[in-house]
Amino acid sequence: MRILSIVCSAVLALSACSGSPPQQSSGMPTGGGAAINGAGATFPQPIYSKWFAEYNKLHPDVRINYQPLGSGAGIRQLLAGTVFFGASDQPMKDDQMAKAPSRVLHLPTVLGAVVPVYNLSGISEELKFTGPLLADIILGKVNKWNDPAVAKLNPAAKLPPTDIAVVHRSEGSGTTFVWADYLAKVSPDFKNTVGVDSSLKWPVGVGGKGNEGVAALVRQTPGALGYIELVWALQNKIAFGAVQNAAGKFVKASVDSVTAAAAGAAANMPADFRVSITNAPGEEAYPIASFTWLLFLENPQDKTQARIMAEFARWALTDGQKYARDLGYAPLPQTVVDMELKALEQIRLQ
Amino acid sequence: MIRRFFGRRDEVLFRSATGVFALLVIAGVIAIGVALYRESMLSIREFGFQFWQTDVWDPVAGEFGAKPFIWGTLYSSILALLISTPIALGIAVYVSELCPPALRRTLVFLTELLAAIPSIVYGLWGIFVLVPFVRQIEVATPEWMKVIPLFSGPPLGVGMLSAALILAIMVIPFSSAVAREVLRSVPQAQREGAYALGATRWEAIRMALFYARTGIVGAVMLGFGRALGETMAVTMVIGNNPQVTWSLYAPQYTMAAVLANEFAEASGDLYLHALVEIGLVLFILTLIVNVISRMFIWSMAAQRPRVFRRSALKAAA
Amino acid sequence: MNRNRWRRALSGTILVLCGASVVVALVPLAFILFYVVSQGIASLNVAFFTQLPKPVGEPGGGMANAILGSLVVTGLAAVLAIPIGIMSGIYAAEYTGTRLASSVRFAADTLNGVPSIVIGVFVYTIAVLPLGRFSALAGGIALGIMMIPLIMRTTEELLRLVPSTLREGALALGATRGRAVFTVVVPAALPGILTGILLALARIAGETAPLLFTALNNRFWSTDITQPISTLTVQVFTYATGPYAEWHQQAWAGALVLVTLVLICSLLARIATARMERLQRGS
Repeated sequence: MRILSIVCSAVLALSACSGSPPQQSSGMPTGGGAAINGAGATFPQPIYSKWFAEYNKLHPDVRINYQPLGSGAGIRQLLAGTVFFGASDQPMKDDQMAKAPSRVLHLPTVLGAVVPVYNLSGISEELKFTGPLLADIILGKVNKWNDPAVAKLNPAAKLPPTDIAVVHRSEGSGTTFVWADYLAKVSPDFKNTVGVDSSLKWPVGVGGKGNEGVAALVRQTPGALGYIELVWALQNKIAFGAVQNAAGKFVKASVDSVTAAAAGAAANMPADFRVSITNAPGEEAYPIASFTWLLFLENPQDKTQARIMAEFARWALTDGQKYARDLGYAPLPQTVVDMELKALEQIRLQ
Repeated sequence: MIRRFFGRRDEVLFRSATGVFALLVIAGVIAIGVALYRESMLSIREFGFQFWQTDVWDPVAGEFGAKPFIWGTLYSSILALLISTPIALGIAVYVSELCPPALRRTLVFLTELLAAIPSIVYGLWGIFVLVPFVRQIEVATPEWMKVIPLFSGPPLGVGMLSAALILAIMVIPFSSAVAREVLRSVPQAQREGAYALGATRWEAIRMALFYARTGIVGAVMLGFGRALGETMAVTMVIGNNPQVTWSLYAPQYTMAAVLANEFAEASGDLYLHALVEIGLVLFILTLIVNVISRMFIWSMAAQRPRVFRRSALKAAA
Repeated sequence: MNRNRWRRALSGTILVLCGASVVVALVPLAFILFYVVSQGIASLNVAFFTQLPKPVGEPGGGMANAILGSLVVTGLAAVLAIPIGIMSGIYAAEYTGTRLASSVRFAADTLNGVPSIVIGVFVYTIAVLPLGRFSALAGGIALGIMMIPLIMRTTEELLRLVPSTLREGALALGATRGRAVFTVVVPAALPGILTGILLALARIAGETAPLLFTALNNRFWSTDITQPISTLTVQVFTYATGPYAEWHQQAWAGALVLVTLVLICSLLARIATARMERLQRGS
């Protein structure tokens, strides 16, 4: 009994001591300052966490706290006012924007790519896919690896007669949105049967939780085919294929090919930055690429936080971009950055 | 007389003090039910009772039905219960009746360790260790067995079998711990009486189990409740494919899993309300399971000698 | 004679099966523990317990804030759940026949079956939206709600199994109802009640889903219960679903710490229980 009470009082004492921080950790607040909360997509979480940490080193009293709940959750929390900013891999829909207390500013921060990953142990060559082929696999029309449609694109590979085990995301996700957005553009069948959203009715396959879950399932299941963000494919060292782009070339996803996709889109960038860059024009463009956005209210209630976040955004769009490459994200083209810096002025800071 | 007056007042005080907390619990549960109902109004109005029977889950087209999820939840939980109850009872019996006292504390500690493992660790272990293992079993099933619907389908590893196994493992510590405590509280006199009458070890244990049967059923129901609501571990190994099938090898989907997976991203009010309605269906399902188990316990307790309560106290005061 | 042999054989077989079931249950435990330890031990060092998470690319860093946050949130949950659970359990045991008792039992069993995410969403609507922010308090409430049924049911079941002679004896000696229950009956069932509390703590210590929408998470050091707070489970979940190997290692280390913390709690309560039982048996 005594031991128990000692333990209990220790816990209470610990929780009662107000913020005596541990020594020498990076990102230590010196007391006071601003604590800003944001939530949103999981895809950009690595680079955002890097940015917030680096920014905190430069401005020790600014503590920006981001939680990857998912694009949709980020949007909902922003609308509900429980977080100051949101983050999403898919632009908000018009009816969602109508619910906001003031207009929502979409700020693209970095670019990402979705890649088709597979598990075929006997194959050493990189596989090539076309958009329509990927759509047919997802629809369940092509269900063996040695199907003529696959073999035609990959004559050199000795494709086994294994079933293609499709792996998709079990939960709603911006990654799924980008994938479906692309497939719908290249396959009318997919568009009519499945459609485009962050959650879909998948004709076949199993669902893995998160990019990591899909990666794990693909790694464990011989003959699997799934889709994950480039960052995860690179870090997990899973084989991924090249996809044919709008210009007809087979391009493998990389920082450069994604930037090329954005460059093509930059020319036609709408003023509110809500644009899809899948199947982008350009020789070197990777077809399944996308922006990821930070979402701010144009007229937020807390002006101090607004000032801080605007400053941060300016830093992220300029200095922050240098961290993107190493983490597997493509930095924004300069033309887009210039447009955004101007758009930032729309946030009412007073 | 004064003693009786004070006795009565104290009784009232005691009863209201503890009763308030009981009311709090009930109020909380009602509040959850009401909140679930209110937040699923759109979906209820749109689909009505069809929701329970529709097989389709299509967020893009706006068609939602809970049948595959109800199926998956019930199938996985009942399977888990079938697997775990004998084991949990076996452990409870062993620890409380059979094992040498020195070993007892260690074994109790070890079973509690199973409960200490977080849900997500089960999920990760499930994906990296259990699923490949199950996949080996699925690959090794002889051809003649694969014809039976129970074992049909491609050997993916993820599916109902993995989910049931992991749920069973997660439920064992809860059922066995409560059963163990309940068995320990059976008065020694009862056991001694049985032995005096010439019972074998097992027969004495059987008597103890019978004596404590309502507690044992309670323990099993606690485990069942845990299985019904388990989210993280299940969603990582069940394959998340909403289909209604008997096959143990097929990927399926449970209500808790779909709620956890899609709630964060649900765009569109109808979608969100349909998800909350699934939560409501799960809630109602738990209610129904409770009622059934209560009827079960009722029929068993009817044979139990009544314990004196108010009548005895009134006489004593 | 034959019948006796059959009875004894049956008894023997059953006993062997019981022993076997213990083994069967312990095998996956061994596997899981081995897995967690082998994956997590590599990244466990002093820095893990004293430092905050570092961004990708910088080695080291830890989960000090998450460890404290988990303690805080669990403490809040216990403060909410233990009184409610025990008191309502006492009511259900002492006034078994009444309608209120049956209703409470029914309510507790239902509550036990509600998935953790539904409770998280519920607490989101009652504690996060009105306050306008995520907070450790909301997380504590969510976890506390999950603890209540376990504590209540085990308290009730064990109180009912205390022989009525104890209760009647106390009453016969002139004790008031409250005194009889609190000084005689409850202490008799206390070891079992503690087990119930422990089980409840173990169950919620590993929960992630209810915290996602209530306590959120926090990269920084925070003990303010009205602000988001970091917890081991959410942090482990965030790291485990990230792409980087170093994050995965941290996740496993976090999982190892979590399991160890719950274990220590278990051990301490076991020791306390054993001591209490020795006292009881002695008297």
